[in-house]
Amino acid sequence: MTDQEFLEYVQSGGQVEATDELPDDYRAKLIKFIEMHGNSELMGVLPEREWILRAPTLQRKLALTAKVQDEVGHSQLIYRVVEDLGKPREQCLDDLISGKSKFHNVFHYPTKTWGDVGVIAWLVDAAAIISQKALLKCSYAPYARIMKKICWEESFHILHGRDVILTLMNGTDDQRELVQEAVTRWWGPLMQFHGNPIDKEEDPMYIWRIKSQGNEEARQQFLDGYVPQIWELGLTVPDPELQKNDDGVWEYSEPDWDELKSVVTGHGPKSQDRLDLRRMARENSAWVRQVVLAEAA
Amino acid sequence: MIYEVFRQERKGQPFQHAGSVEAADDAFADVYAREQYGRRGESAALWIVPRSAVMEIHEFVDELNRNYHRVDGYPLKEKLKEARERAGTAAAPGDS
Amino acid sequence: MNEQEQQLLLEIADDELILGWRDSEWTGIAPLLEEDVAFSSIAQNEIGHARALYELVARELGTTADELAFDRSPDEYRCAPLVELRLMDWAQTIARHYLYEEADAIRLERLKRSDDPELAGLAAKIDREEAYHRIHAQMWFDRLQGEPRFAAALDELRPQAAALLDSELRSEHTSELPELLEEMTMVRRSQPAGTKW
Repeated sequence: MTDQEFLEYVQSGGQVEATDELPDDYRAKLIKFIEMHGNSELMGVLPEREWILRAPTLQRKLALTAKVQDEVGHSQLIYRVVEDLGKPREQCLDDLISGKSKFHNVFHYPTKTWGDVGVIAWLVDAAAIISQKALLKCSYAPYARIMKKICWEESFHILHGRDVILTLMNGTDDQRELVQEAVTRWWGPLMQFHGNPIDKEEDPMYIWRIKSQGNEEARQQFLDGYVPQIWELGLTVPDPELQKNDDGVWEYSEPDWDELKSVVTGHGPKSQDRLDLRRMARENSAWVRQVVLAEAA
Repeated sequence: MIYEVFRQERKGQPFQHAGSVEAADDAFADVYAREQYGRRGESAALWIVPRSAVMEIHEFVDELNRNYHRVDGYPLKEKLKEARERAGTAAAPGDS
Repeated sequence: MNEQEQQLLLEIADDELILGWRDSEWTGIAPLLEEDVAFSSIAQNEIGHARALYELVARELGTTADELAFDRSPDEYRCAPLVELRLMDWAQTIARHYLYEEADAIRLERLKRSDDPELAGLAAKIDREEAYHRIHAQMWFDRLQGEPRFAAALDELRPQAAALLDSELRSEHTSELPELLEEMTMVRRSQPAGTKW
């Protein structure tokens, strides 16, 4: 198959497997995209795991531990796919820690209160799930298949988030303030999350049918699904321009694309701290991997 | 070592490939597969197999179109029409 | 249930809670991704066991499992010093895991023979889950056996494991417990008692 034939094949809904001949550009872009997803699941654990230790009830502690466990599990699934495409897990982790490869913007920010725990599970995860659903028909079948499991597991995360938020909103004034403050603080990164509105016909991820939706489409879906949920609780969003037009399109203030670029290149408020933690944990446990995997290698 | 994991959703259903885990040996593979594919009780059963034990075939040859042992090798419409006409029981247009 | 039985259940529940809390510190940073997932289930099971045991005692005392788990002062907790230690080295974590499961198996066997059918039933349920913990601990024990740092960790921690089966040895908490409880309760204490989370 020539590259052109391959392009037509995937654009008409065709899927490929690990053992198929893949155009070099497709393979390279695929690895980069999937690797960033794996990195994001792994780094996404770090903002949340502090709160496992501070969860205010046994139920919340169990739910939060299970949620974070799922995210680690997702990174395992994703790195296995990358490894079968030719890039070993250890190399992925090397590149993550050195800053050579990236992870999503939202995981570079601090979590300051229990309100963040709720907002992350409710809104940040929602934004992520919209992107993930657009991967269910990925032209690369092994990735599409793990996305099915990932999306299924995320369904409880959303409910857990909603439960935490609704409980806080029905609680004390302080608790309601926790939620509002967190929403206000996370709004900027949330609006940047789906990436700048590059036309999907110019987005290689869409051209190769790795994802089935453009950035702006994803953002619109997020706003359509979640702004009403935010407003119905009496919460406000820190964007006076935010409104839904008669034609169903959401208008909003231009997100800060400079901030996004700066953050994903490792200059976010918590980027270096979290990478340092990863590096340290990895160094301290290198002996374990040697003992356990050495004979198998 | 990479182990492939096959899972059965419910009793009676086929085992389907669910993914793979990296494990040092069978004992680790059992624990890890159980966790990744069954911690919520979402699987009735799992088969775990070292990847090296899985043989793959993805090329099949049928150069001479051996349709004699497939349903598409038996187009009967014309023959049935002829037989009905002969017997005077020709079907109305639109019947099969 | 008499007071002695209550105290025993609180001992076990506190052990499971604090050990589960410590074990959950590995979530996200365990040596292998697959192990991270597996060990997190163990931590969740431990907290689940604590919750079930607290619920039994809470009923007797007219309180709730959460209040028992979170709202006592440090000296009211009955956990063994061994579970209070922050052990962020894998050899030490597995050594503790192995020693704990060994002792816990013995104490669960006793509980399974309790006259109280509800308690015996719960002990049997917990034991069936713990069977997997024991398999996991043995699996790592077999793998790490030849490692000097693992042998050293076992030697270091074994004396403290005695307190798991002997209440008399539990009088002294480590200095780590108050700090642990401080972090564990910081969100909960930020609002009046009875606030829902």
